[in-house]
Amino acid sequence: MTTEYEIAETLDVKGASCPMPVVKTKQSVDGLGDGEVLEVLATDSGSMSDIDGWATGTNGVELLEQVEDGDVYKHYVQKTAE
Amino acid sequence: MSTDTPTASEGEPTDEQALLARIDELEAQVADLETEVGDDTQKMTIISTKGTFDMAYPPLILASTAAAFGWDVVVFHTFWGLDILHEERSRDLKLSAVGNPNMPMPNALAALPGMDRMATKMMEKRIDENGTATVEELIDVSLEQGVELQACQMTIDLMDYDEDEFYDDVTVGVGAATALQHMAESDVQLLV
Repeated sequence: MTTEYEIAETLDVKGASCPMPVVKTKQSVDGLGDGEVLEVLATDSGSMSDIDGWATGTNGVELLEQVEDGDVYKHYVQKTAE
Repeated sequence: MSTDTPTASEGEPTDEQALLARIDELEAQVADLETEVGDDTQKMTIISTKGTFDMAYPPLILASTAAAFGWDVVVFHTFWGLDILHEERSRDLKLSAVGNPNMPMPNALAALPGMDRMATKMMEKRIDENGTATVEELIDVSLEQGVELQACQMTIDLMDYDEDEFYDDVTVGVGAATALQHMAESDVQLLV
């Protein structure tokens, strides 16, 4: 399923719990250009719902995919034009 | 009735002018309302009143997360909530061992000297192991993202704190009226 898109940057928030995965994701996305994709690696199981909720409620981002890979939750977030 | 009709027909151009003026007025009002509604930035105001270790977390977690949504966030800290913004005191917030039925000890024991400190240490250890951010980290990310952390001026004076004892970028010199003004404009208002 993965990598039909190019990953511009990877954010590793493994070990961090709420609210840091969302907060750090937002800060990383701010540094991307339009259309670029951020990969987020988290171990917080709440990040599946939280990053989804954040992406839905936030302008200028689109959640492309979420993958559970063993203990790691991977999120792919694209910055879109607002 | 009978006097109305001749007045109306006589003053027809005046009526038209009045109508045009009224249309202009209404158009201006619609434009104002559109500007107001067009500002779709969500706003949240939290009133933070508690200064125990556990109660410092909910307002800061919600504030930093809301800021990540792009919301305009104000947290107004008053009474014991002020300690969260006090650089020195925020590092020494305590969990109360007494009065919490979920504590794994009876109140009679929890009331003994040193128990609050012990309960706090235990909680700090768990927070560290869980990868939960510290209060200071949450204050930093909140401020970084533009959350306005306000310190109630009346409480600053009441507690005899000095304005430079607070974290940099904390807003001082504000009171209940400022808080209310933000609450009135907010989509979400919380008292913690």
